[in-house]
Amino acid sequence: MKTTSVNRVDVVSRRGFLGTVFSAGALVLGAPLLSTGKAFGAEVEPGKSAWFPTVYLGVQPNGEVIIVAHRSEMGTGIRTALPMVAADELDVEWSKVRIEQALGDKKYGDQNTDGSNSIRSFYDPLRIAGATARAMLVGAAAAKWGVPAGECKAVNGYVTHAAEKASYGELASLAAQQPVPKPETLKFKLPSEYRYIGKGVPITDLDNLVSGHGIFGIDAKMPGMVYASIEHPPVVGGTVKTVDDSEALKVRGVKQTVQIEKYKDTYGFQPLGGVAVIADNTWAAMQGRKKLKVDWDLGANAKYDSDSYRAQLSETVRKPCKIARQVGDVDKAFAAASKTHEAEYYCPHLAHAPMEPPAAVAEFRNGKVEIRTATQNPQAVQDTVSQVLGIKPEDVACHVTLLGGAFGRKSKPDYAAEAALLSKKIGKPVKVAWSREDDIHHDFYHSVSAMYLKAATDAKGRPTAWLQRSAFPPIFSTFDSKTIYGDLEMTMGWNDLPFDIPNHQAENGPAVPHVRIGWMRSVANVYHAFAVQSFLDELAAAANRDRIEYYLDVLGPERVVDLGPTFAATAGKFPLDTGRMRRVVETVADKSGWASKKSTPGHGYGFAAHWSFLSYIAAVVEVKIDAEGKVTIPRVDLAVDTGQVIHPDRVRAQFEGAAVFGTSIAMMGEITAKDGRIRQSNFNNYPVARMPEAPFETHVHFVISGAPPAGVGEPGVPVMAPAICNAIFAATGKRIRELPIRKQKLV
Amino acid sequence: MIELRVNGVARRFEGDPDMPLLWYLRDDLDLTGTKFGCGMGLCGACTIHVNGAAVRSCVTSLQNAAGKEITTIEGLSKTHSHPVQKAWREGNVPQCGYCQSGQIMQAAALLKQKPKPTDHDIDEAMAGNICRCGTYQRIRAAVKVAAGVRA
Repeated sequence: MKTTSVNRVDVVSRRGFLGTVFSAGALVLGAPLLSTGKAFGAEVEPGKSAWFPTVYLGVQPNGEVIIVAHRSEMGTGIRTALPMVAADELDVEWSKVRIEQALGDKKYGDQNTDGSNSIRSFYDPLRIAGATARAMLVGAAAAKWGVPAGECKAVNGYVTHAAEKASYGELASLAAQQPVPKPETLKFKLPSEYRYIGKGVPITDLDNLVSGHGIFGIDAKMPGMVYASIEHPPVVGGTVKTVDDSEALKVRGVKQTVQIEKYKDTYGFQPLGGVAVIADNTWAAMQGRKKLKVDWDLGANAKYDSDSYRAQLSETVRKPCKIARQVGDVDKAFAAASKTHEAEYYCPHLAHAPMEPPAAVAEFRNGKVEIRTATQNPQAVQDTVSQVLGIKPEDVACHVTLLGGAFGRKSKPDYAAEAALLSKKIGKPVKVAWSREDDIHHDFYHSVSAMYLKAATDAKGRPTAWLQRSAFPPIFSTFDSKTIYGDLEMTMGWNDLPFDIPNHQAENGPAVPHVRIGWMRSVANVYHAFAVQSFLDELAAAANRDRIEYYLDVLGPERVVDLGPTFAATAGKFPLDTGRMRRVVETVADKSGWASKKSTPGHGYGFAAHWSFLSYIAAVVEVKIDAEGKVTIPRVDLAVDTGQVIHPDRVRAQFEGAAVFGTSIAMMGEITAKDGRIRQSNFNNYPVARMPEAPFETHVHFVISGAPPAGVGEPGVPVMAPAICNAIFAATGKRIRELPIRKQKLV
Repeated sequence: MIELRVNGVARRFEGDPDMPLLWYLRDDLDLTGTKFGCGMGLCGACTIHVNGAAVRSCVTSLQNAAGKEITTIEGLSKTHSHPVQKAWREGNVPQCGYCQSGQIMQAAALLKQKPKPTDHDIDEAMAGNICRCGTYQRIRAAVKVAAGVRA
C-alpha cells in the first residue's frame, strides 16, 4: 500500500473530524501559531512590511490587517466567518481587513474543508490568533508609554491609555519585539464585547460574485497555457488498448493527444487514466476528443449492474450481519414479543454535481509544480501531485480559487493531478476542465445502500427491541480496494441513535465496490436517517400516535447517551444530549404550528429529527400532491441547535440550501450503472431541484443551548428525505421505502 | 469572418463559426464571469443577453451571434449597480456564487419583459437556472426587491 499511504493519512484525518478516532479539536489546537517559535515580524524590516504574530494574521504599517483564510470557500461563507473571528478578538474595523487565501501548507493545520468542521476546529485557533496580536500590540504600547499593559485598551484598531493613543499600524514594528504570549495566558473578549461574532459582517466575495469577477478553478489561467479535455476509461480500472487520434488531430485548434496512465494500486485520488486532447481552447479540445477512437480494456468492473447489485444488497441485510452496536438482547426480546414490524429501505448512488465541474490549471517547471484549482483540500493536492509525479509535496504550490460548489467532490483532487501530469508530459501549463458528462460519469459516488429494520413493540406501540442492518460499498475502498465493511459510516446515523430502547442492535453487511466511492454532503447520514426516521414514522402510524409525541417518547428522558469508545474523542465537548434534541423537536413543533396542522388527502405534514456533525436538527415539511402525483413543497421548518452561532446569516443560508439539496436527493437523485458504465450524463437524466421544485419557504429556527459551535454545512440535509416521505404518507397513505420519490407512483 | 459587439465593443472572430459563444467569451476574451455548467442549455450558468434577450451561450454558436449585440455579466453595469445586482447584494443571495452570473442575467431579462413579476412568473422564468447551493428563495426575494414589489 505504499502509493496510497498519503491518502490514508488524509482519510484518517477526516475520520478524526467525525470524532471516531482522534479529537479534531486537539489535533487542530495543536496547529502552530508560529512555525519558527518566534515572531515572523522580528525578521521583518521595521515599518516596511507586515508583522505576522501568527500564521493566520498580520498587521501592516498602515494599519491594514491581513487575515489568512486557510479553509476553502465553496459557499458556506467560511472565507468570511473565520477571518471575522480573528478580527473581533483583535478588535479592528472590518473595512481595515484584507482576506488572503492560503496556499496549501501544513503550517496552517488541517485545510481539508470538509466534515462541517471549519468553525468547530478553528474557532479557537482564530480567536487565539486575534487575541495574541492584540496582547502584543498592547504590550508594545505599554512599553512605549511606560505604563502597565493592564491599564491599556485595544479598541477599533488603536491602543489607548489616558491621553495616549497609537494605531495598530504604528505599533506593529514594536509589537514584533514583544514575546509571543502562550495561549493559556491570553485574555479573550467576553461575549458582550463581541463586535462581529454572533452578528456577522458582509460576505467577503459578495461584490465579485454578483459582477462576474470571482475567480473559480475553471476561470484560472496561466501564461502560455493550453487546454485539455480527457477521455477517461468508461469503467473504473479500464485501460487504453489502442487509440487512433488521426481524426482528432485534424480538428482546428487541436495540437496533440497524450495518453495518461491508469492509477497504481488502489486509485485513491490518482488520475483514472485515459487520453487527453490538447488544444488552443476548451471547445477545440472537446471537439477533438469526440473524434478519438479508443479501444478499451474495461477491466474487472465491467459487469457492474445496479439492478443485480441492489438485489445482492437487499439479500445481505435480510440475514445477520456484523454487529456494530449492541444494547440488551434483541433476539430474546423478539422471541418474547407479541407484535413486530419490519421494513426494508433502499437508496441509490448519487453524484455530487457541483455547478462548477472539476477544473485545474498547472505548470510543471524545473521539478516543481504550481497549480491553481478549486479544491477543498490543497494539502491533498500537494500530496497527490507529489505521489503521481514523484516530487516532494513541498515542491507543489497549490493556490486555492473559489469553488463553484463542492459537496465533498473537490476533496478528491484527481483532476488537479491530471493537470500537473499533463504539464509535465508536454512542457507547458495545462488547463484541465471536465465536462458535465465527465463529472457525472466519473464521480466518487455517494454509496448505494440497503437497510433492513425490525422492531418489537409494546401495547402502546413503543419499541421494546430494535434491529437495524445496513449494507453499502464503503468509502474506505477508495484507499484500500479490499475494504467491504463500513467504518466512519457507522458513526453517521447508525451507531449513534439517541433512543431509549432497552434492546437495540445495529449491524453492517459487506458490499464490494465497483465504482469510486466518496463522501457527499452529510454522507451516510443520508441513507441512515432516511431508514431510521421513516421506520419510526411507520411505528407511530401503526400505533396511531402523533408523530412528534411518539418521537419524544422513544427519545426518552433527558440524558447524555453513552455511545461507547468510538465516540470518546467528542463525548467530552460534544456529548449526545437528548435534552438538546428534545428542545429542537419542541421548537419545530411550535414554530411550524404542528398541533394545528392536520394532514388531508393530497396535503400532508411530515416530521423527522436527526443528530449529525454534533448538531441537533428537527424538521417539519409540508407537501402537496396534485392529481397527477406531482409533489410540491410549500414550506419547510427547521429547528437547529448547532451550538454557538458565529455568522447567523451564513448559518441560516446553509440550512436553506440543505433543504434544497435534501429535496434533490429525496425527489430525483439517482445514479445507476449498466455493464460497468454510469447511465446518467447531464442534468437532463440526472435532474436536481430547480426553483419550482425546491421548498417555497424554508424557516430556520435557532435553538440556543450555550454549547460550543458544531457542524453547520451538512446536518440540515439528512432530515429532508424522511420528512418529505413521511409527509407524503400523511397525504396519501403511500409509504415510500426507496428513493428517489419521482420513480414512485403516488396516485 | 464574424462581426459582433460584446459589451459595447466591436469584435471580429475568425475561428470555428460553430464554436459556442461561451468559449469565445471565456477563452478568447477572458470574460470568465459567464460560466460553464452543462454544455447543453440545461442549467443556465452561461446565460447572457443577445440583443437584450436571455440566451444560453453554451448552445449559441458564433455564426448565430453574427451582427448581434452581446451583453455578459461584466457588461450589465460598469459599477455593478444594476437593480438586480443591488438586490442580490442586499439579500446576501450567493453561496458559492458560481451560478449567480447566469441567475442575474436571467432575472435582468425577466424584469425587462415583466417589470412586476408574480411568484409564478419568477418560478417560470428562473426554472432553467440551477443553483446546487439552493439559494432559490433568496433569488425569488431579490427579484421582487429589484422589481420594487417587496413582499
